[in-house]
Amino acid sequence: MINEVISMNGYGIYVWSAFSFTLISFGVLYTVIKFQLVKEKNKFDAKYLTLTSDKKNTVRTQKTYKGILASNLVSKI
Amino acid sequence: MLKNFEPNKIFLITSRAPKYVLFLFIIIISIGLIEALILSPEDYIQGHSVRIMYVHVPSAWIALGTFSTIAILSFLIIIFKIKSFILIAKSLAPAGLVFNIIALVTGSIWGKPTWGTWWAWDARITSMLILALFYIIYILAWRIYEDKEKIHKITAFIAILGVINVPIIKYSVDWWSTLHQPASVNIFSGTSIHSSMIIPLALMTAAFALFSIMIFLMKYNTELIKIKNKGLDRL
Repeated sequence: MINEVISMNGYGIYVWSAFSFTLISFGVLYTVIKFQLVKEKNKFDAKYLTLTSDKKNTVRTQKTYKGILASNLVSKI
Repeated sequence: MLKNFEPNKIFLITSRAPKYVLFLFIIIISIGLIEALILSPEDYIQGHSVRIMYVHVPSAWIALGTFSTIAILSFLIIIFKIKSFILIAKSLAPAGLVFNIIALVTGSIWGKPTWGTWWAWDARITSMLILALFYIIYILAWRIYEDKEKIHKITAFIAILGVINVPIIKYSVDWWSTLHQPASVNIFSGTSIHSSMIIPLALMTAAFALFSIMIFLMKYNTELIKIKNKGLDRL
């Protein structure tokens, strides 16, 4: 049964290559996009921490900034 | 209604949604892979190589659908100056390009046992390659002209020009004599594929669509935080 699924009457090499390529592409795309997102979030955290308390208060009152802060590491500090 | 698409209003949703979409994607792709690789029958002519259809066809559909969406959004950006669509259009492109590449590569792998060649310059394959080039030009334009004021017009022009290729891809198998078979699935005139093959195809299409939505949401969040980072500099 397992041998049949792997070999697929000689077509296994083509089928498994196509599926492997697809799943590897998914993995690479997800990793790259996740990396970019984390990088921007870290940049945001670093900039936010250097702000004066007045400016931090201004940032906290804005809806989107509040959203970013809620999903970032800096909110847990 | 369009105000609901403003980044400030939808960030709370887009920042939380990816993890739920990822969860749903994992469930559906797991079932889809079992159906596609084990439970679905082999084709009476193509044998087991027909299973490549379950990754090739959904990838091609999503690549075409994504580019069409980018073009429609670009049109709305140009005509009605709806700026909130700019970020959406930009964030759709990376997933679209990857699905386009998957369609080309898996098509090439499928071509070898079916047609006896990895590549042929037939109308469908060539037009899909042209679509990939438009995706690359679109993404590169954003990188090269990121800080220029005209970037919205340049990228919108590329998308609108590129979408001319979409009906060519769709009807290439009817207009020209190509190695590709005519469409087997048509939402208007039904399908010639048996239900035992339609179910895994539908599951894989749903899984791929969810994956593209998740990548779009993550990219959208990245772009939005990038803009807000610039805003912090100006404070």
